Amino acid sequence: MDITRLIIVAVGGQGNLLSSKVLGEAACRLDVPVRMSEIHGMAQRGGVVESAMVFGEAQSTIISDGEADLFLAFEPLEALRALNRCNSKTIVITNTSSLPPFTAAIGKGTYPDIETIKELIQSKVGQLITLDANALAREAGNELSVNMVLLGALIETNVLPITAQSIHDAISETTKKGFVETNIRAVELGRSAVSGII
Amino acid sequence: MHKLLVDQPGEKKFLLGNEAIARGAIEAGLAFASTYPGTPSSEISLNFFQISRESDLYFEYSTNEKVALEVAAAAANAGVRSMCIMKHVGVNVAADVLMTLAYVGVRGGLVILTADDPYMFSSQNEQDNRYYGKLSGLPILEPSSAEEAKEMMGYAFDLSEQLAEPVLFRTTTRLNHSTAPVVLGEMKKRVTFGDFTKDPFNYVTVPAVSRKLHVKLLKNLEKAEELACESAYNFIEGSGSWGIICNGVSYNYVADAVRDLNIADKVKILRVGFSHPMPKKRIQSFIKDCEKVLVVEEGEPFMEETVKAFAQEAQYTNPVMGKDPELFSRLFEFDPAMVRANIAKYFGAPYDAKDLPDLSDIPELPQRPPTLCAGCSHRAVFYAVNQATEGTGSIRTTDIGCYTLGFLPPLSAGDFLICMGSSVSTGCGFSKTTDKKVISFIGDSTFFHSGIPGLVNAVFNNHDVNLIILDNQITAMTGHQPHPGVDMKGMNYEGFRQVSIESVVRGIGVEHISVIKPYNVKKSIAAIKEAIDHKGVSVIIAKQGCTLFERSLKKHVGKPFYVSDKCKNHRNCLNDLGCPAFYVADDKVRINPALCSGCSVCAQICPEHAILPLK
Repeated sequence: MDITRLIIVAVGGQGNLLSSKVLGEAACRLDVPVRMSEIHGMAQRGGVVESAMVFGEAQSTIISDGEADLFLAFEPLEALRALNRCNSKTIVITNTSSLPPFTAAIGKGTYPDIETIKELIQSKVGQLITLDANALAREAGNELSVNMVLLGALIETNVLPITAQSIHDAISETTKKGFVETNIRAVELGRSAVSGII
Repeated sequence: MHKLLVDQPGEKKFLLGNEAIARGAIEAGLAFASTYPGTPSSEISLNFFQISRESDLYFEYSTNEKVALEVAAAAANAGVRSMCIMKHVGVNVAADVLMTLAYVGVRGGLVILTADDPYMFSSQNEQDNRYYGKLSGLPILEPSSAEEAKEMMGYAFDLSEQLAEPVLFRTTTRLNHSTAPVVLGEMKKRVTFGDFTKDPFNYVTVPAVSRKLHVKLLKNLEKAEELACESAYNFIEGSGSWGIICNGVSYNYVADAVRDLNIADKVKILRVGFSHPMPKKRIQSFIKDCEKVLVVEEGEPFMEETVKAFAQEAQYTNPVMGKDPELFSRLFEFDPAMVRANIAKYFGAPYDAKDLPDLSDIPELPQRPPTLCAGCSHRAVFYAVNQATEGTGSIRTTDIGCYTLGFLPPLSAGDFLICMGSSVSTGCGFSKTTDKKVISFIGDSTFFHSGIPGLVNAVFNNHDVNLIILDNQITAMTGHQPHPGVDMKGMNYEGFRQVSIESVVRGIGVEHISVIKPYNVKKSIAAIKEAIDHKGVSVIIAKQGCTLFERSLKKHVGKPFYVSDKCKNHRNCLNDLGCPAFYVADDKVRINPALCSGCSVCAQICPEHAILPLK
């Protein structure tokens, strides 16, 4: 298969490491070659957490600036900040629900308007898909399932050779028993939120 | 059953590099492991800790890396396969052991894992620990991927036993924290018990013995070089005339670049996985037929210098380059595009760099630095110190742990930091040479690691320092590992005892000691003022469990607070505490109830008493 490079950015605590793990496990189940790298030393301290996933016969586990084919952002400001990872063909999916950093609260910098963020991203990449993943996660029954909503939206692009069924199976195996049902519901809400847009 | 104990050879698992390393050691029959936790190595130990609770693997969190290596050195000399795990700077702490253990050697295999951190994702420096191989005369193995790391671990134990000396296993953050499908292998039976045969003329390193042992070490080095030349981990790919020598994760970037640049027919790659001693004959025969050679290695020109020396010895004049202002830097990490561009440039291969997006119209964005958690007791201590020392310009020496993050505004509780344990001793130096009050911050785990000698020094030399021990009763930064001060029984772990920090401090002879509860702001400020007024060494022990850990255990979940209508927008809470649970909406401070842990510190400092617990 062709090499496909995916970058996921999130704020510590949003659960992107679990979603990349689920995606990786799903790829393994389908025998899709996958490698992943993540920086999580400060994950629990509110910093930015980034995962890189490379699908296909590449050996590198990281992705250089401008080389993401797919870019999934859990938070709109972080989508904008990491835009250097994208190019004019990148498909970008971002959550529109914001988590303003503390620095903005104490007046060190201004959180940009969400419409401005969307326009800026749109003007530089191949396609921008937006959804309010927090609202959908609440609808699924757990606000913490934002990661699963976004995972659903990601696979719905069909850029990755990963099936919804394999994601469901990986969720059943990887996530806590009590959350499996909500998580699968969240994936499906994420999928239907973007189906048709893509 | 622990997922790394599953006895299903051939089964494919999606494993983190550190999990693959742990599994590789288990497959090799590892029976004894010790560590002091440090990112990026921590998950290896975490897995061993869990495995040790359900198998006969012995594992311990030792007080520091020096102790960990001494414990493991003896186990290996009783003939038991052992491993000692640490981050790169941990080897500095263990270096005293390492250098002479290299002379003494081992009977059972001993693998010392050093996890280097290029780019310093979570470290104070990016030293290249391959030089420890050169310095100690010990072999170094360096894998390129998670799956290779698992295989290489078995080889490392065999090599250690073959040479009867420890083997250094060097990884970098990108390997430790990369995940890939790994195929499980057979597990060797653990031999957990051995015997020690007395042989003082080979084991007691008095000068006369060490003179003999150094001769043995150098002979071993020759043997190791022969093994490096034969090793399947130093392999050649391709047969072109453009030579590339690379190691570790750099090999992955090289392999991808050769494919992307479509130059496979022109290139020959020597991947060095057994990198000390460098395989001389292998390298000389490799460079002989190359038009020119590029050395691709993160960090220092460790291989490059040796390759150049080998070339000179053989009187080859073909160019060898690596670190150069026009090519590779000694700084930070490499990435695939950088390696691709430099290979194209050096060999003159056609290459179209991808256009990067023009980001000049992106406004300046508010930063999102990592910060102390909502309700973290360190914040309460730093606030109290700021209040108690207002206007004094006190110097705050700090140490390594979560609390280092307190150096950022608005807490600004950190002016100087070198390494683990340096807070106390650097405080001593400042107190003698400046007229400023000196306050030193150290965590509980770091205190046990290397703070105690500094405190003894402060007492003996009668320094005027105030040490605040931030006792959150766990090693928080690296993921909540135990340390000697932790109540293991309380966490349902049998077989441990507990060392009281207060007793240690008293035993050292500190005259002024107080124990505070940081969430009680007034009392904390008063205690800190008193301690600072004391001439000589004073110690404050600030006791409050890590809020993140307690929340994960479902302990101490206080009621969240909210800002009531009484708020007059003084914003002391926001401006002096900087708790991430605060946000501003409609020009009013608000508290996110999902983040608030109910520590009540902001409620205590609000001049209007406007912050109240949610009903």
